[in-house]
Amino acid sequence: MPINDWFRQRESRKYTVSTGTAADGLPDGVWRKCPDCGKTLYQGEVAKALSVCPHCGYHFELIARDRIEALVDEGSFGETDAGVGSVDPLRFAAAKPYSESLEKARATTGLSEAAVTGRAAIGGQAVAVGALDFRFIGASMGSAVGEKITRVFELALAERRGVVLVIASGGARMQEGMLSLMQMAKTAAAAERLARAGLPYVAVLVDPTYGGVTASFTALADVTFAEPGAHVGFAGPRLVEQTIRRSLPKGFQTAESLVDHGMVDEVVARGDLRDRVSTVLGYLMPPVAGGDA
Amino acid sequence: MARYVMEFERPLAELEDKLAELSRLDMAALPELGAEIADLEREVEQLRETLYSALSPWEKVQVSRHPDRPKTVDYLEALFTDVVELCGDRAFGDDQAIVTALATIGEHRVMVIGHRKGRTTKENVARNFGSPHPEGFRKAERAMRTAAKFGLPVVTFLDTAGAAPGLEDEERGQAWAIAQCLATLSDLPVPVVVVGIGEGGSGGALAIGFGDRLIMLENAYYSVISPEMCAVILYKDAARAPESASALALTPDDLVRLGIADEIVPEPLGGAHRDPARVIADVGLRVESALASLAAVDPGDLTERRYERLRAIGVFSEESK
Repeated sequence: MPINDWFRQRESRKYTVSTGTAADGLPDGVWRKCPDCGKTLYQGEVAKALSVCPHCGYHFELIARDRIEALVDEGSFGETDAGVGSVDPLRFAAAKPYSESLEKARATTGLSEAAVTGRAAIGGQAVAVGALDFRFIGASMGSAVGEKITRVFELALAERRGVVLVIASGGARMQEGMLSLMQMAKTAAAAERLARAGLPYVAVLVDPTYGGVTASFTALADVTFAEPGAHVGFAGPRLVEQTIRRSLPKGFQTAESLVDHGMVDEVVARGDLRDRVSTVLGYLMPPVAGGDA
Repeated sequence: MARYVMEFERPLAELEDKLAELSRLDMAALPELGAEIADLEREVEQLRETLYSALSPWEKVQVSRHPDRPKTVDYLEALFTDVVELCGDRAFGDDQAIVTALATIGEHRVMVIGHRKGRTTKENVARNFGSPHPEGFRKAERAMRTAAKFGLPVVTFLDTAGAAPGLEDEERGQAWAIAQCLATLSDLPVPVVVVGIGEGGSGGALAIGFGDRLIMLENAYYSVISPEMCAVILYKDAARAPESASALALTPDDLVRLGIADEIVPEPLGGAHRDPARVIADVGLRVESALASLAAVDPGDLTERRYERLRAIGVFSEESK
């Protein structure tokens, strides 16, 4: 199952915060090392470049709010459903109880759940947007994330907006059992309704996106972009490796190889995202009744 | 041929074997054994009752995987007539792990879609043990569209450990194939009746696993992740699967409680493999009854209700902010 890998890695992850107020954000004054080219970077400089390494173009992770800020017209974002949060419906028993994981995630991120959603404009075009915050239990999808994503599609349908989602996720949130699996069907159904209404949906895949999140609303976009080097798939690489009993080819499940295999339309650097999404919406958004928007 | 004994049945199986051994002895020569055998028989009967009447979630998972458990092909053969199998996804190949067929049950002409496990090792290898590749889901999706086009209700049978997690499955877009099934199924303007007959493993099951009615066999399961994999993530130890099985709320009772499943088909003591004909017939009656009650619903209402049904699944909190 895809959630394997982020569970192992998440303790060692580092997050950059360029404009947010999250408690674990790195202050501008610190130096950090690029995991790709190994150069030591001044955090203030990294933050100014949308958290992209100025030397090699490595894309550091971003928190959800910064993802949205980097994508939409300045000052256009208005958050919706900020009060939707998770409960522990199954009283999930584990070494670390689910309720504790939720508490910790809330405290670390200042969010009530992994999805941040709202209204915004991109190139002046009205959209409903959402971004997933990987710090919040690997941005896995339980009832609350499923509900918020569903509402993004429903909001767009009601107000004739396009949908743009920036997606990173470890997959379904197993601590909510079947309630979590069914969110795949729920979000896919909402995406399908938007499609039937002739409204566009653009997905931006960032590192990493796996499991039940890839295999539901993510894979139903009209146009799919991915950040350079983003890993996207259904089964996690370790499980695939165990299944085939040989090592994986270089670049397996990266954005670049997904373009080669026909799953992603274009690899887009963070700095170009707003323009590319805006251009696509220009083609796909239905004309506004009664003249110019 | 040696019979298949599930882990939790072992104490009972040992007693049953002992009893069988005793019955082969010459009783006339050993009259003092008579009373002991009668005692043992009573003990076996009692153990059978206590062992099988309150199976734990993990034990149910084992029953759901029993090799002799009736499979999709058994239901197809016993309940349906005039079967025309539809092969291939028209893009890549014909995945043996999923069967799609035009078929008739009672007075209903339907499209059957099911995970297809094999009865023998050879069959299972050809069918990847019922774990579909992307072309399997694309075949299923093709069958859904055909059903919608000609107004045929869809009946699905769930029995998979999950979608295949191989290199080529990833390269051919496993996630995209599953997601397209979900989208198509969600808006299908014909009745969709789903029967969980064995394993309901994650996204691979869900791709053909929701609709207007979900009927679960008593020892079938439906889960977001396998108990073994869950135990590896939680405890780094697959042997703790029994704990995970309990935590995941994967039994039919759990599913009814969570508003996901509608009805449970009782199985004979020990599991469906003890009396397949009875279980298959019972499933047939329930499928026909579900089809009959859904036949009268207007297609627009059908998809609207299905959406509302999905929309209602989930438990979360909401404060005004």
